[in-house]
Amino acid sequence: MSFFQPRTSRRIGRFGLLALGALALSGCNLVVMNPAGDVASQQADLIIYATVLMLIVIVPVLVLTVFFAIRYRADNEEAAYDPEWDHSVSLEIVVWSVPLAIIICLAGLTWVATHRLDPYRDLPRITATKAVDENVTPLQVQVVALDWKWLFIYPEYNIATVNEMAVVVDRPVEFKLTSTTVMNAFYIPDMVGMIYAMAGMETELNGVLNSPGTYAGFASHYNGAGFSRMRFDVKALDEAGFDAWTAQVADAEQPLDRNSFVQLEQPSIDNDVHYYGSVQDGLWQRILNMCVGDDKLCMNDMMMVDALGGGGIEGLYNRELYRGLCSADNPEGMFAILRPDLSDRAQDITAAMDLLPPETPQMSVPREN
Amino acid sequence: MTTATHPPEPSEGFDFYDTDPASHADGHHETGTMLGFWIYLMSDSLIFGILFAIYAVLGTNYAAGPAPSDLFEIEKILLATFFLLFSSITYGFAVINMQQGKQRVMTIWLLVTGAFGIGFLTMEVLEFHHLWHLGAGPGASAFLSSFWFLVGTHGLHVLSGTIWLTVLLVQVQKHGLNHDNKRRILCLSLFWHFLDLIWIGVFSFVYLTGVLL
Amino acid sequence: MATATETTAHSFPDITNPVNWFWGKLSWDIFPFYDPLILGTFIVTMALGLGIVGWLTYKRLWGYLWTEWFTSVDHKKIGIMYMVLATVMLIRGFSDAILMRIHQALASAGVLEFLPPYHYDQVFTAHGVIMIFFVAMPFITGFMNYVMPLQIGARDVAFPFLNNLSFWLTFSGVVLVMLSLFVGEFAATGWLAFPPLSGLEFSPGVGVDYYLWSLNIAGIGTTLSGINLIVTIVKMRAPGMTWMKMPIFTWSTLVTNILIVASFPVLTATLALLTADRYLGTHFFTNDMGGNAMMYINLIWIWGHPEVYILILPIFGIFSEIVPTFSRKRLFGYTSMVYALCVIMILSYLVWLHHFFTMGAGADVNSFFGITTMIISIPTGAKLFNWLFTMYKGRIRFELPMMWVIAFMITFTIGGMTGVLLAVPPADYVLHNSLFLVAHFHNVIIGGVVFGVFAGINYWWPKAFGFHMNKFWGLVSFYGWVGGFWFAFMPLYILGLMGVTRRLSQFEDTSYALLFGIAALGVAMIAVGVVAFIIQIFVSIRDRAALACDGDPWNARTLEWSTSSPPPYYNFSHVPNVYALDAWDHMKAHNAEEPQEGYVAIHMPKRTATGLVIAALMTVMGFAMIWHIWWLALVGFIGSIAYGIYHTFDYDRDFYLQPDEVRAIANGRRPVVPAE
Repeated sequence: MSFFQPRTSRRIGRFGLLALGALALSGCNLVVMNPAGDVASQQADLIIYATVLMLIVIVPVLVLTVFFAIRYRADNEEAAYDPEWDHSVSLEIVVWSVPLAIIICLAGLTWVATHRLDPYRDLPRITATKAVDENVTPLQVQVVALDWKWLFIYPEYNIATVNEMAVVVDRPVEFKLTSTTVMNAFYIPDMVGMIYAMAGMETELNGVLNSPGTYAGFASHYNGAGFSRMRFDVKALDEAGFDAWTAQVADAEQPLDRNSFVQLEQPSIDNDVHYYGSVQDGLWQRILNMCVGDDKLCMNDMMMVDALGGGGIEGLYNRELYRGLCSADNPEGMFAILRPDLSDRAQDITAAMDLLPPETPQMSVPREN
Repeated sequence: MTTATHPPEPSEGFDFYDTDPASHADGHHETGTMLGFWIYLMSDSLIFGILFAIYAVLGTNYAAGPAPSDLFEIEKILLATFFLLFSSITYGFAVINMQQGKQRVMTIWLLVTGAFGIGFLTMEVLEFHHLWHLGAGPGASAFLSSFWFLVGTHGLHVLSGTIWLTVLLVQVQKHGLNHDNKRRILCLSLFWHFLDLIWIGVFSFVYLTGVLL
Repeated sequence: MATATETTAHSFPDITNPVNWFWGKLSWDIFPFYDPLILGTFIVTMALGLGIVGWLTYKRLWGYLWTEWFTSVDHKKIGIMYMVLATVMLIRGFSDAILMRIHQALASAGVLEFLPPYHYDQVFTAHGVIMIFFVAMPFITGFMNYVMPLQIGARDVAFPFLNNLSFWLTFSGVVLVMLSLFVGEFAATGWLAFPPLSGLEFSPGVGVDYYLWSLNIAGIGTTLSGINLIVTIVKMRAPGMTWMKMPIFTWSTLVTNILIVASFPVLTATLALLTADRYLGTHFFTNDMGGNAMMYINLIWIWGHPEVYILILPIFGIFSEIVPTFSRKRLFGYTSMVYALCVIMILSYLVWLHHFFTMGAGADVNSFFGITTMIISIPTGAKLFNWLFTMYKGRIRFELPMMWVIAFMITFTIGGMTGVLLAVPPADYVLHNSLFLVAHFHNVIIGGVVFGVFAGINYWWPKAFGFHMNKFWGLVSFYGWVGGFWFAFMPLYILGLMGVTRRLSQFEDTSYALLFGIAALGVAMIAVGVVAFIIQIFVSIRDRAALACDGDPWNARTLEWSTSSPPPYYNFSHVPNVYALDAWDHMKAHNAEEPQEGYVAIHMPKRTATGLVIAALMTVMGFAMIWHIWWLALVGFIGSIAYGIYHTFDYDRDFYLQPDEVRAIANGRRPVVPAE
């Protein structure tokens, strides 16, 4: 009876697969495979290409497993039996080179696709058939992950929203992302793949939505107790609808300034949508540099001090001394005032400043040389 | 296609089981303590590797606080370095005497080694005390965190080496230079030279580059 | 802010009590009386525990357990203790899985959210930590410990005492994790405890401290065990067993332990740094003062990816033993199998970044790591083909071990495919952190590691105990696991494609309910498999007389089958000379007979309680550190060091088993294992 067992198990497995496959086709909205934005569509296509490529070797393995298991079962006396056969150069070449060939194809595909779909790259096209209109600038959206809600700042329109964002259909969107707390990931499956948002750092994401509608966005990297509820709606509107939306947000009385931001920063779960009619100048820079509250030294100032050779012993007690260093016109002069003890090395240290990152630190180790 | 991985049978047949007791030593095998200790040292150097990597990444994040040049007193560090370097040499003398079976001379050299070790530790405690006094503790900046952790981990290793050395001296006094004790002295020798090597890395990578660059 | 629910992370009982010099943070509110679920579990566990203790006392088994097991330095007994530990923890980790599946099925249907996030987040963290560190690791360590020395014709491992210590350190980690269930809380951070979430600012409670101390103590044990097994293989092979005559499982053990020794120190260092952040106020991984949390993510995955191969490579070794045995054929392509193992070992260090493509590294970096990841699939694929060609022109007996292998080959292939898919960075951008990812790694870990563990248990059980395992319950377990796996995880693949992320405990969308329901059904089937496995063990022990077997019940090929079942505690009365790969098969082909004379005295280590005592003191230290009871931590730490030093003053740690004694045991006049 023994050789029936694996068959039965396979039958159960196959039945399960069929049932699930049927379910998938009937009721489920496979948003990842069928998204509303061009970038996400390309990512979905890539999934299909890669899967098909791999099936070239996966299917034979599965078929051979089943076939050999049945064919060479112990009570099939007709099958050949060669207990000493343990080596075959030609077979070895096949089993190493066929997967190698497939991986070479897949590697090529990966290299090209990873560069083409680099989240930092400006979109070259809106759909497969439509290039980006050079007169249209991407819609800028600054995204802040807070415990546990999303803040969206629209610098062009000087407005901000919580847990709701809107974009224009077919207009590229350029997200800049940061976090005020733990690591987060920002994901709108219909639009584009996810990217992390991390405190003190800025990441970037480029995407576009091609058809009007309301889509789901959410935090996709576990971040604590409010994780499941950290969701928002993305409205894809036409130009007129978008203008109406921005006007509606701009009507809101409350401005987003340092005070209201500190208030917003308090942990809360399942927040309602909230609009801010205006945004204080430079707030994004302060959020990014983690100095919205008055008492803190901004990250960029701190990094400037570090690049200048550190703040000395006195820096341990009075960091705030260096506030605003970054925005100083003449850091060398500032340096001479701040660190006279290092004047003999001033040349070397200020030379090191050429290695400074841009004012808004890109994602990477703060200031690696 | 078949390969004959089975060896041809020798004319007298395969001798699968030795039945001649004389051909075995006594079933006693050298268990490979030295090899095991080498592997341990490699795994330990990996820990230091991580700490060095951390220092490489975070070592210039002064958080608007002091930089190496504000803190390190290179002359004292140099003195500590020489303590450790000399202790390696004196340990070498101890091992030479051990191999010649001169237990008394070996003990003296080990005592000298231990004294150098304690000297090094004293210098390090003084340095840490100085830093702590300035307010430059491990929590003051990422640079200081990685500095304290790297140097402190090395210091803890030297401390455990010194304790080990003390224990070994007692054991040699009690049991003489027997097989076990010789093996232990050789293991500690490896450990001690290893710490020396790590310190050379710390000295050049943390202190020298910190002060000179 | 209109009507946001003003809930913070700390509205739940985070244990942030002020520190008392004597009690530390301990106080009455740390016991989770507020949660009927935990309280119920606590009562049941306590009742079970007391029952077992009472039974052992009634049967007067404590002395036996102490002398024959707890203080034993016999690699076989330590191996079996690892397996028992892993089985018990499998039940614990699987209970967490059941909780999650039921919760998600009910919550997605909008019926009931019976676990609040605070609790649910601990459950998935505990599930991951337990399954990897305290189920999969002890299982594979158990196999390596039990089988490898027998396969190379050794009488024990190189450092028998160290082996015992490693086990008890692992056990110490288990004790701390289990304590966290009832005393305080466990981490709610995910199984790798990414900072800043796991830092003091965002996780002020003791949960992460439990995580850190249990893993660090257990991790030291694992590293020591790795060193031990490498030296055993390098130094203690039977005469004539050259590198390329080593059984493939021994090869995989060697490669695995090299990986352990070269990656667990990274884990130790990384966790130590996070510990420093939490205890000493350092700034390695904090948001401010120059800390860099991305460092942690990199470091933990530099350990974490090799860890994946630490789990799967010994399992590949197990399959490579089972397939030839049950196909009655030599292993196809032994040499390329060995090279494949080595290539995987090296490549496993070059792929860690694929766990966080979405962190924003540039396209060059992402494609590099994506492509290195894909390259690993080449040697892995070659191994699969080699097993296939071993079956080709064989005579396959479908005993339980072989059935697990077939199930593995089919399941693992699918899991491998989705793995390569996730290695394409742009595909990962949409699938990362989704249930697709969850389905993928369960597909390879259950389909690979778990199936392999069951194959191995069914294969080597007769060797360890001298009787077969019950086949009926084995089949029930097999179908429960294999069928249940497909029902539990195929829906998760689909849910992943529907954009559902992992670790969700609350749902707005009820359209996921059906698939979550099917997944819950699958987990119920797996539960049948788990229960059947436990029944299988009991039934086998009950019917042991009827299931009895000789030293070589499977007509197998490697040296462990040349000695009796169970083997005498010194393993081999005569250490065989090895002339060929598949040494035992070669010996059988030449009608080798073990002689009945010429016994020599055998050098054996004595049992010792030192490992247990040191580990117990380390547990005390860990517990005291978690609860900030500094004086007790100091007592535990200094005590363990002092006891270790005390142990080195004992020079009389081994003995010689006299030839007469060996003869008596070999001729069956004395039992191979001392009587109970």
